[in-house]
Amino acid sequence: MDYIPNSPGEREAMLRAIGKSSVEELFSSIPASIRARPPAGLRPAASELEIAREIAELGTVNTSLEESVSFLGAGCYDHYVPAVVDELFARGELWTGYTPYQAEASQGTLQLLFEYQSMICDLFAMEVTNASMYDGASALAEALLMAERIKPGGKLLLSSAIHPEYLQVARTYFARSATALEEVATQDGVTSLEDLARRIDQSTSAVAVASPNFFGSIEEMAEISRLVKRAGALLIAVVNPISLALLAPPGEYDADIAVAEGQCLGNYPSFGGGCFGILATKQAFVRQLPGRIVGETVDAEGRRTFCLTVQTREQHIRRERATSNICTNHTLHALRAGAYLAALGAGGLRKVAYASLAKAHYACDQIVKIGGFAKKFSKPFFNEFVIATPFDAAEIEAEMLDRAIFPGVNLGRFKKEWANSLLVCVTEKRTRWEIEEFVRCLKGMSLSSMS
Amino acid sequence: MPQGNEPLINELRERSAGSAYTPELDTRAQPVEALLPEALLRRTPLQLPEVSEPGLVRHYTRLSQRNFCVDANFYPLGSCTMKYNPRVSEKLARLRGFQLVHPYQSEETVQGVLQILHEAERCLAAVTGMDAVSLQPAAGAHGELTGILLIAAYHRDRNENRRKVLIPDSAHGTNPASCALCGYEVETIRSNSHGQIDLDQLRAKLDSSVAALMVTNPNTLGIFEERIVEIADAVHKAGAQLYMDGANLNALVGIARPGDFGVDVVHLNLHKTFATPHGSGGPGAGPVAVKAHLEQYLPVPIVRAEGSRYVLDYDLPKSVGKVRCFYGNCPVILRAYVYLRLLGWEGLRTAAENAVLNANYLLSKVRQLGLPYEGPRLHEFVLSLESLRPFGVKAYDVAKRLLDLGFHPPTMNFPLIVKEALMIEPTETESKATLDAFAEALLRVVEEARTSPDLLKTAPHHLPVRRLDEVKAARALRLRW
Repeated sequence: MDYIPNSPGEREAMLRAIGKSSVEELFSSIPASIRARPPAGLRPAASELEIAREIAELGTVNTSLEESVSFLGAGCYDHYVPAVVDELFARGELWTGYTPYQAEASQGTLQLLFEYQSMICDLFAMEVTNASMYDGASALAEALLMAERIKPGGKLLLSSAIHPEYLQVARTYFARSATALEEVATQDGVTSLEDLARRIDQSTSAVAVASPNFFGSIEEMAEISRLVKRAGALLIAVVNPISLALLAPPGEYDADIAVAEGQCLGNYPSFGGGCFGILATKQAFVRQLPGRIVGETVDAEGRRTFCLTVQTREQHIRRERATSNICTNHTLHALRAGAYLAALGAGGLRKVAYASLAKAHYACDQIVKIGGFAKKFSKPFFNEFVIATPFDAAEIEAEMLDRAIFPGVNLGRFKKEWANSLLVCVTEKRTRWEIEEFVRCLKGMSLSSMS
Repeated sequence: MPQGNEPLINELRERSAGSAYTPELDTRAQPVEALLPEALLRRTPLQLPEVSEPGLVRHYTRLSQRNFCVDANFYPLGSCTMKYNPRVSEKLARLRGFQLVHPYQSEETVQGVLQILHEAERCLAAVTGMDAVSLQPAAGAHGELTGILLIAAYHRDRNENRRKVLIPDSAHGTNPASCALCGYEVETIRSNSHGQIDLDQLRAKLDSSVAALMVTNPNTLGIFEERIVEIADAVHKAGAQLYMDGANLNALVGIARPGDFGVDVVHLNLHKTFATPHGSGGPGAGPVAVKAHLEQYLPVPIVRAEGSRYVLDYDLPKSVGKVRCFYGNCPVILRAYVYLRLLGWEGLRTAAENAVLNANYLLSKVRQLGLPYEGPRLHEFVLSLESLRPFGVKAYDVAKRLLDLGFHPPTMNFPLIVKEALMIEPTETESKATLDAFAEALLRVVEEARTSPDLLKTAPHHLPVRRLDEVKAARALRLRW
């Protein structure tokens, strides 16, 4: 299979036109000593039918979320994606375009990105945002770098209740930096205000806190913000965009930078490949933003138009002095998020958020009633919560596999001391019957463990 | 293309049926205030567009029609490799067994996706002649960041403190930006009169402070670094590592492998060489391929085969850590894997041959416009339109006029070593007829530059909008409604 339109005859004609007798001559600049022979490890070409069959078969080897009842979350959420979102993005005009540098030939993408930015600003109650980052974790790392540019020289405090993989990514990004990253302790599943107060000082550049945090708990962001501002530091909030239909958005508690994983907005889990990062900030810091930004302007006839702007921050102009190295970002996923938000509207988004909230609380109540399973933390939560299990959560995972229930994320995968903890997430996709079935299974396990 | 303004979506103000996508609650309904303390709740009114589904579809469809795209237009963007995106890859990436899979499902329930990731790693290692691959980086620049961190970890492990990375003056802007992000000083290597790395200058700069040389090969002029083996030797003798930016790998697949000419780390752009869509600016994927001595530093986890089973291995004590959440842009990796399997080694070679033939054929038709530097070109070439300066016309104006003729312009004003540069990469998926038409259009525009320069300076004329005021956009920032 190949995708080459020219026939052998046309190729001959082209070679003749450039005065070459063979294609081989075109590669004369590559020394013979380094020319490659067919390597082991690559299978011979195959037809589309053969490959399509093989890949589809591998797809069925996976247990999809459609074939199971999933309570998995932890930064990647299984919300319903309206059919209209998929159908809109089946358009080649949207997925086969290039980064919209040529504004006149990209008004579609640019206007949709402007609309996306506007919707994110409204949802987050923030003044400006960019046109996407890779994912929530790298967006947090970039937010920390941004904070360092705004307030140089100080340390960066990160709540230890932030997603462990986000913390890991931040440490990777700062591996060669002189800036100290310090973790603030967690108490009862939320950031310890005491430890934060102890660690924060006038030299602190920024404090990053997630709410809802990794354990699902909602932090007292207003109180944290007061503490952070009193020390003259910047506040970085890591949030769940869907929760913001109900919860106070970062702008309300004066966050300086807000970041989020945007996958939950109209993108599929895709084994973690449906991600895109959201990064929003205050107008005053716009020139410190990484990544692409779309702005409104006019064309030669005064019509409202859109283009990439404040590009002097970017690598293709500023090179080693750029605000970030980011070039290709995750535009298509951000555009899907825009379509999702527009399709749902405020009422639809509130309904998704409320259904997730209500069902998560229903599930939590039912699980706690079993006996032997306790809610690990006392703080309010949105769509996920940690259950302290009477035995290793890995046993629950294994036991429920037969019934195609994914009981939640076994936190033991992150830290050994979290082995008896299950992070349970409930979205609007779960029905009451499914929740009750899950609870019945847990109850069964609990009874058999006692006998 | 449709003319006239399309309203912003928040200006439509239709009846939204947005709550009809979600079922009514089947558990006990309680007010939000009964579940959450009021102090935590949103006070700011939530304003999102109110639009019906028919209105939404029309809005997106109309706007999409204001885009150029590979499906409809020739995109000879140098170093961007805007080739055709096979439909079968799209179809397979949308299968529910791949889309609806959670990253924290137990390994036994994701064996299909783990097998694809593992095999994609092996295929890419074979194509590049490297020993190990991480699929995690989300884009080319993210691959650069990862690759430079690997090199840093390698030197740190050997107790060496090297603070500089050498980068040729023809390099992509992401190269120095990625190095700076990793805390390295960047030192520029001049190109010689052949548009290649000046080996003497390189040798003079190579000392114990140099961590790596970052090359793009073929470089952004489309020229193969003919002395790459000597370059690699010199770099290694100085104790440094050779990093290759794989953005231009489309010229080499099936022909020569970075691992065979001394490269220690190379990042690949799956959205270039391996035919995955650019998505109007991503997601792409920027896997890094390394030689064995760097494998132990790769980001966690690595997908390993244990017998007939695939597992995620987090046990790499010397790993640089994680560069992103989860495991990578899996749908992009799947598309690239499908492409690799469809083409095989011979097919990749045919792709590279045709990419290079197309570039050289197109070059032969437009060479007279001004081709700085001598020597053979591979998959792309860079013209200089400096000769249009007397007419007050810039590469930028030529680009805008090409839009009128239905062609996406080449990459403009890059590489920085060429004045008024137009960087042209046709790829293998364009026909001779398209190349002929583009050459004719470019020659016509250059002729217009001489006879009626204003036509170019006010272009485009036939698009939905006229030329944008980009200066105003940057001065009077308006970034949302």
